[in-house]
Amino acid sequence: MGIVQNITEGFSPSRRAVLAGGGAGGLILAFSFAGKGAAADGLAKLNAYVQIAPDGIVTIVSKNPEIGQGIKTSLPMLIAEELDVDWANVRTVQAGNDPVAYGRQFAGGSMATPLHWDQLRQVGAAGRAMLISAAAADWGVEVASLTTEPGVVVHAASRRRATYGALTAKAAAQTAPELSSLKLKDASAYRIIGQPIPQVDTAAIVTGQPLFGIDMRLPGMLYAAYAKAPVFAAKVASVDLSAAQGVKGVRKAFVVEGGTELDGLLPGVAVVADSWWAANKGRQALNIQWTDHPTSSQSTEGYAGQARSLKAAKGGKTLRSDGDVEAALAASAKTVEADYFYPFLSHATLEPQNCTAHFHDGKMEIWAPTQLPEPGRQLVAKTLGLAPENVIVHMTRCGGGFGRRLMNDYMVEAAWIAREAGAPVKLVWTREDDMRHDFYRPAGFHHFRGGVDASGNITAWADHFVTFGEGEATARSAGMAPTEFPAQFLDNYKLDVSMMPLGVPTGPLRAPGSNAIAFVVQSFIDELAHAGGVDPVEMRLRLLSKTAAAGGQGGLNAERMAGVVRLAAEKAGWGKTTLGPRQGQGIAFHYSHLGYFAEVAQVAVTEDGTVKVEKVWIAADVGRQIINPLGALNQIEGSVIDGISEMYGQITIKDGQVEQANFDTFPLLRIPDAPVIETHFIKSDNPPTGLGEPALPPVVPAVTNAIFAATGKRVRSLPLNASELAAG
Amino acid sequence: MAYQLNVNGKAMTADVDPDTPLLWVLRDTLGLVGTKFGCGIAQCGACTVHADGAPIRACMTPIEAIGDAKITTIEGASALEVGARVQKAWSELDVAQCGYCQPGQIMSATALLTQNPSPTDDDIDAAMAGNICRCATYVRIRAAIKRAAGQEA
Ligand code: FES
Ligand code: FES
Repeated sequence: MGIVQNITEGFSPSRRAVLAGGGAGGLILAFSFAGKGAAADGLAKLNAYVQIAPDGIVTIVSKNPEIGQGIKTSLPMLIAEELDVDWANVRTVQAGNDPVAYGRQFAGGSMATPLHWDQLRQVGAAGRAMLISAAAADWGVEVASLTTEPGVVVHAASRRRATYGALTAKAAAQTAPELSSLKLKDASAYRIIGQPIPQVDTAAIVTGQPLFGIDMRLPGMLYAAYAKAPVFAAKVASVDLSAAQGVKGVRKAFVVEGGTELDGLLPGVAVVADSWWAANKGRQALNIQWTDHPTSSQSTEGYAGQARSLKAAKGGKTLRSDGDVEAALAASAKTVEADYFYPFLSHATLEPQNCTAHFHDGKMEIWAPTQLPEPGRQLVAKTLGLAPENVIVHMTRCGGGFGRRLMNDYMVEAAWIAREAGAPVKLVWTREDDMRHDFYRPAGFHHFRGGVDASGNITAWADHFVTFGEGEATARSAGMAPTEFPAQFLDNYKLDVSMMPLGVPTGPLRAPGSNAIAFVVQSFIDELAHAGGVDPVEMRLRLLSKTAAAGGQGGLNAERMAGVVRLAAEKAGWGKTTLGPRQGQGIAFHYSHLGYFAEVAQVAVTEDGTVKVEKVWIAADVGRQIINPLGALNQIEGSVIDGISEMYGQITIKDGQVEQANFDTFPLLRIPDAPVIETHFIKSDNPPTGLGEPALPPVVPAVTNAIFAATGKRVRSLPLNASELAAG
Repeated sequence: MAYQLNVNGKAMTADVDPDTPLLWVLRDTLGLVGTKFGCGIAQCGACTVHADGAPIRACMTPIEAIGDAKITTIEGASALEVGARVQKAWSELDVAQCGYCQPGQIMSATALLTQNPSPTDDDIDAAMAGNICRCATYVRIRAAIKRAAGQEA
């Protein structure tokens, strides 16, 4: 052994303190401020992000987990811009989990950009101000007489210049300025923000350097496999531990009692070995019998049957009722009634869940690919009976997140197994473990009734949403807000919800809620447009022309949305493009994560019903500034293809268990099926917002609406079913 | 049992069971973790390496089947003329999102361009269809292959 691949960079405040006190002479910026996200958890903040070495190399900390959204590059760009340094001289390091120093650290909700846009630019500007103060003191001149060029403080009158590297020690002694007193650059002066900057880890990625959680290696490290019941939370009834122990290389096999919380430590059997292959071989020899579990009678078919009964019962809780839907329907020129369904989906991050843990000196040290480290630390502390301060979490690069790694089940498993094994342990799930123990995008059923008047305007809209939950509690990520579009854009609108119990864990999948709701809402708008004889683009613009007070998630601005609808239609040549037989265009829009997206899909459907998405045009309004166009386009293209991919697969339940296990039964889109994508931005005068998610939701209904245009067949249920779309 | 291997031009020894897949020998025994585990059943291509220049799925290739084939992994790609060119194109276009699939993508693309220096779109589809990118960076993968082939789009 002896090879250590410690893939975390360990820029912890204590290490910085040592560097500072040890005479390295670097400027270390430490500021107290209560950011928006920071105030929520009530912790006192001392944030530390920047270090400048005497040679001018600037080290900038990236506080949040990197899951492929490019945050390790884009957040340091904000600081570097206002600090006024050359990007070539910037090195970035990943922060450890340290809520005291960095506030909330998470990858979710496309929130990093809106939360940090002002805050981190101020951090950079504060550093620049301290460097300027140091030079002013040195030269005995007014602060106001000094300016900067990248990495240099300049006194134009005397032509004096001092590099940041030369000033760094003195600058560190300056008092940090009030953040609110700092004047930030005008956008026209940006040298870094707005530039296409490759990810900071690109060189390591393309050469296969250790970066990901699964790449972690420690001296004396053992490998673990962990078998859990296919029915969620069933317990071990019997197991042949000796069979596993008989496999060469296996050190230990043991039962983990576990609990009943689906997002905690579930019961199972752990096998620890010299190599992962041996551990997994041992696991296959275990011959585990599981206890019967109350949810083992659940199935996808059963859910559908219950949904039908709940729909027929017409009950449900009314979440919103505007006007008089029944009267408006009765008075409508035409009415449409339709049942929609979308299935459970798996996150299927390409890097399976894994985690490395080492219990030593009374402390549990963890290296985890996680989107949400602090709750993981708390879960480990609680489950293992440790004080939270004795649990240390290092964040590694994540091989995809999509919301899966907001849960920390694998983290608590690794911690438990490592303590039991008495050695550093890397737990690696198989793909089958990963697909059968996910927190799935919840399935959902919608029964719609809608009406149009003689001019084709929508008169009434009723949605009976049948979802999962018990009592008052909706299953995680299975709810729908009463502000969801088109609520507040119609005089007569009603949303009822009914729930059925679920024994399957659910959770947020990229653009949670939106990834399903956009499909049903934007499809049904299309149905009403066709019923009313109104062009689908025109129908959407009519809806948006009603100025509504506030929509979902902080308020949908109808003008911004109408802007992207018009732009997407124009770029796609909507209504002007000659299309072949069984070829069609569809449009949809959706507002989520503060982003405005309208998308037009063009599809061709073969005679046998195979759908090929040929091209997608995207119009986006995410504010006045794209921070890193290179990363922004990648996120949008990825989201759009991800959304199309989600139309082909499903997770089904039988006997309380997930039926799919790997990519042969849960397909992901591959390169031959990737469409051409054309993206256009509207730079509206609004603060910049995130791009990890909002491009995804509209593409699903854009495609199904295009399928309708191509075939006359309305897709009301996913995944796509070729036999239903075949000609004839 | 001890196997003599040639990995990235270096002689290496691995004392493992005959059925151990090359993937786990590379990752756990030899410490070459650039080759990734994604599915274990030859569905995703994350584990793609070259055996005598041909792309293989290391997750389904037992060590006993390697014989004296020369193995090249992502860690050895820069030493190949085509490999270095592919890596450069991948960097310039910043293909990766999470990056997890990219070692496998690069090894597949390198094998393609070595055999077929000017691939058509169909050739690219055929050679790359076995490599899943969950982050769906396919638009850039295609562009990077074309750039590496000198057919700038
Ligand atoms: S890990 Fe080998 S093909 Fe997926
Ligand atoms: S870049 Fe994430 S799987 Fe390809």
